[in-house]
Amino acid sequence: MTTRTGSATVELPSDTEILITREFDAPADLLFEAWTNPVHVPNWWGFEDNPMILCEIDLRVGGAWRFVVTDDEHGEFGWHGVYQEIERPNRLVSTEVFEGYPDAESLNTVTLDEADGVTTMRTRVLHKTKENRDGHIEAGMEEGMQISMNRLDAILETLKAEVS
Amino acid sequence: MARAATTTDPFNAIAEPRRRQILDLLIEGERPVSEIVAALPVSQPQVSKHLKVLKEVGLVKSRSEGKRRLYRVDAVALKPMHTWLERYEELWNRRLDRLDHYLYTLQAKEKEE
Repeated sequence: MTTRTGSATVELPSDTEILITREFDAPADLLFEAWTNPVHVPNWWGFEDNPMILCEIDLRVGGAWRFVVTDDEHGEFGWHGVYQEIERPNRLVSTEVFEGYPDAESLNTVTLDEADGVTTMRTRVLHKTKENRDGHIEAGMEEGMQISMNRLDAILETLKAEVS
Repeated sequence: MARAATTTDPFNAIAEPRRRQILDLLIEGERPVSEIVAALPVSQPQVSKHLKVLKEVGLVKSRSEGKRRLYRVDAVALKPMHTWLERYEELWNRRLDRLDHYLYTLQAKEKEE
């Protein structure tokens, strides 16, 4: 474990976007490799209780990817998409469909910026509608909850200050 | 149907964009209605109506100070919404912590070789 454990942040920059940010003490090259090579991905993408049982990556523009994890309780979950832009090791754009919500395709842009041995990974998930974006977050959660907080980060700060 | 729900459920209450703007303003600090009206292109009766809904679902509290009534966000009531995004954040933290750990393993192997 490292001091960066639990340091990923999620923001909602607009009604249709999700932005996930995390820093790693590793070069961008290695991170890109771990993110895109099917030899590596199954080692971290699934979880102990949700192992990855399929990882197909055709890393070319127009090439497809598909991930499947399995869960004792709920069965199999799949995601797939098509690579749109590949600029090793700094940028990867692909579509993503969670197979449980086949109509809600998102466009995911992963950027890796390395400085002084630290690489900042930003994953921007762009949905076509706010409903799809919220559905993406709510997948597996109670249905019918629809919120959008453009400034949730501010609220989180308020909460942290007032609840703690 | 949707109208009835707005007064009982904080999630529905803030599905209304104007009410989110009002919350954003109140997150910055306690304010009287007049300041909210000045900051948004909305009439005072409309702001009062939105504040009433936000109060009914418990997202906003108010107190009197002289002639003025001051409104503020009730952070505890926002907790369920915090949880909404927090669970998603938790998922990504678990996943990216695993990636982090895996990268360490890879780098350690590289050094050995």
